[in-house]
Amino acid sequence: MSLPLLAAADEGGFTSPSTDIFWQPLIGSGAFAITRPAIVFALTAVLVIVLLLAGTKRLAIVPGKRQMAVEAVYGFVRNTLARDIIGSKDFRRFIPLLVTFFTVILVNNLWGVIPPIQYPTMSRIAFPLALTIMLYLTYHFVGIKRKGIGRYLSGLVPPGLPKPIVPLVWVLEFASVVLIQPVTITLRLFGNMFAGHLILVLFITGGEYMLFHGGFGLKLLSVPTFGMAFVLTLFELFVEFLQAYVYTMLAATFIASALADEH
Amino acid sequence: MLLAGFAAAAEETVEGDPLYPILPHIGELVVGIIFAIIVYVVVAKKVVPRLETMYEERRAAIEGNVEKAERAQAEAAAALEEYKAQLAEARTEANRIREEARQQGAAIVVELREQAQAESDRITTAARQQIEAERTQATAQLRQEVGRLATDLASRIVGESLHDSARQSGVVDRFLADLERTEAQGVSSR
Repeated sequence: MSLPLLAAADEGGFTSPSTDIFWQPLIGSGAFAITRPAIVFALTAVLVIVLLLAGTKRLAIVPGKRQMAVEAVYGFVRNTLARDIIGSKDFRRFIPLLVTFFTVILVNNLWGVIPPIQYPTMSRIAFPLALTIMLYLTYHFVGIKRKGIGRYLSGLVPPGLPKPIVPLVWVLEFASVVLIQPVTITLRLFGNMFAGHLILVLFITGGEYMLFHGGFGLKLLSVPTFGMAFVLTLFELFVEFLQAYVYTMLAATFIASALADEH
Repeated sequence: MLLAGFAAAAEETVEGDPLYPILPHIGELVVGIIFAIIVYVVVAKKVVPRLETMYEERRAAIEGNVEKAERAQAEAAAALEEYKAQLAEARTEANRIREEARQQGAAIVVELREQAQAESDRITTAARQQIEAERTQATAQLRQEVGRLATDLASRIVGESLHDSARQSGVVDRFLADLERTEAQGVSSR
């Protein structure tokens, strides 16, 4: 347990975790270093594929346990998110994308509380961004393909607005579709995982410091600190599910509004 | 491993990591895109088609079952209707047969009664005839006997046989005929 973090604390008191803790290169360095979250993400992708393929190997009309689990996730994304938001006419094409988003985000998020990984991959903005790039290309592509570039752009403004404010609204809507939507959806997922992880690390390393290096009072206080860490871990678990759901739902919403006849 | 990560983080300078956490690390971005696309392709080519096919089959199976159940129900209803009709028919038939039997029974009773009546009439008539015949016979015998007795008596009184002459003269017969005539007159005059 010769932790540099705690070694530093030994010398000069407790240092709260900073954003540096997210930087975990394993092989190489620099912009193309292979980092720990990159490997976790890749293995997670393999895990998701294996689980989904195994769960759908021998599908029966009356499902078994494993199939029931896959069907629960699939049915949720398919019916609650894809069909109800995009509409029963178009939703089938987008099921694969939304299922990919939901499963990949959910498993990657859950690593935040699952030992020994205990690192939410999505707290590195590159991963939410990678998903958002796929989403971004998809919804602009299907929107332009459906309506043509002219009608796609003019359709950004809701009909029935007074003439003078149409240009203003158009600029706002254009900025929203082109920049604000993808940035916010990315930041929402990233920020939740980033902040949650930071808080967990703060409580756990803080409790640890108080227990091992503090005086008697601090040792006592480490108990509620660990209790807090436990509560926040449960909360984090909830947030991890929630954010997978929110991202997928927003993705479906963007696709739906790109396809919608009227804004 | 988390702690090992901390160690690595602390030992490394922040070299290679973007200056701010909201800027993406290029290597991670590339890995992210590649593996997300791999997952997408597998999901699109394998997982979704499998599940959608299964949904389709399940829907068809459920519809098929519902149809089958409806058909069975219709068949059962038809059979029930048929049985009811047959039952009603059988009941009518039974009533008819019972009624017929009653009528036949009544007819038989009447016929038997008539037969018995005829038989008793016949027996009575025959008895009457027999009685009449026996009476006639008895009368004839009696007449003979009376004649003979009277003649015997008369002979004994007279002292000689009167049989031949009595027979010749038909005295007895005449006497009896007179007797009968007076008797008959007596009856009619009364």
